[in-house]
Amino acid sequence: MLQYIFYILSGLTIISAIMMISARNPVHSVLYLIVTFILISGQYLLMNAQFLFIVNLIVYAGAIMVLFLFVLMLLNLNKETEPQKSLKTKLAGVISAGLLFITILGALMKTQAGTNENLPITDIGLVKNLGLVLFTDFVVPFEISSILFLAAIVGAVLVGKRHIEEKEAVDE
Amino acid sequence: MNSYLPPIEHYLWLSAILFCIGVAGVLIRRNGIVLLMCVELMLNAVNLLFTAYSTYFQDSAGQVFVFFIMVVAAAEVAVGLAILVMIYRNTKSVDISLLDKLKN
Repeated sequence: MLQYIFYILSGLTIISAIMMISARNPVHSVLYLIVTFILISGQYLLMNAQFLFIVNLIVYAGAIMVLFLFVLMLLNLNKETEPQKSLKTKLAGVISAGLLFITILGALMKTQAGTNENLPITDIGLVKNLGLVLFTDFVVPFEISSILFLAAIVGAVLVGKRHIEEKEAVDE
Repeated sequence: MNSYLPPIEHYLWLSAILFCIGVAGVLIRRNGIVLLMCVELMLNAVNLLFTAYSTYFQDSAGQVFVFFIMVVAAAEVAVGLAILVMIYRNTKSVDISLLDKLKN
């Protein structure tokens, strides 16, 4: 039963990812990527990783994609006439990615990635169990990530704001 | 009703396919914002595989690592979009093929 859900989710994920890179309108790309992220969240739920399911839904499908949509709207790029690469370059890109896929597939065929047995159904992904690990074994990286966020906020504001001379020029 | 998950190889293949779609997107698109989105897709493919192996080995370290990847991705998107807005302000476009000033 769970296997069939996995295959259905996988097919939909791949289709929406392909739609994302092939959509001409950037807004459509963002919407297809949101669908992809929601489907990947479904995969997390299938593996009983409930914490990652909800975090992926809130952070990725919610916050990050809204940020992308807002930037697209602010820059007024929601039109069909965005610059496209030539057909030859696109073909070369797709062939290169396909070659990379064949390389990965060849590497996977040779390795013992795991036995052929099915994935166990565990409860390590519950919020309670994962929170216990996060605040005992991984508490130092957790605190350091707050410093990373602070640096990201300062960096984003510093890069994004207008310089003073530029602002004066705009005011005049 | 037999209720069990697929083997780990299927997760490997799905992740590889999603990662390569992300790579193809980076190669064929010229819009800087869509490029960032393709990078997000690649990160998600890796996250999925981390979670699958974490479930497979019944070790929660993999899922904690996915959480930290999400943290870094959020910071990366904030800075990357700020840089793109600045590029747009200077060139009136997010077309990355205009950014070839280092060429000559």
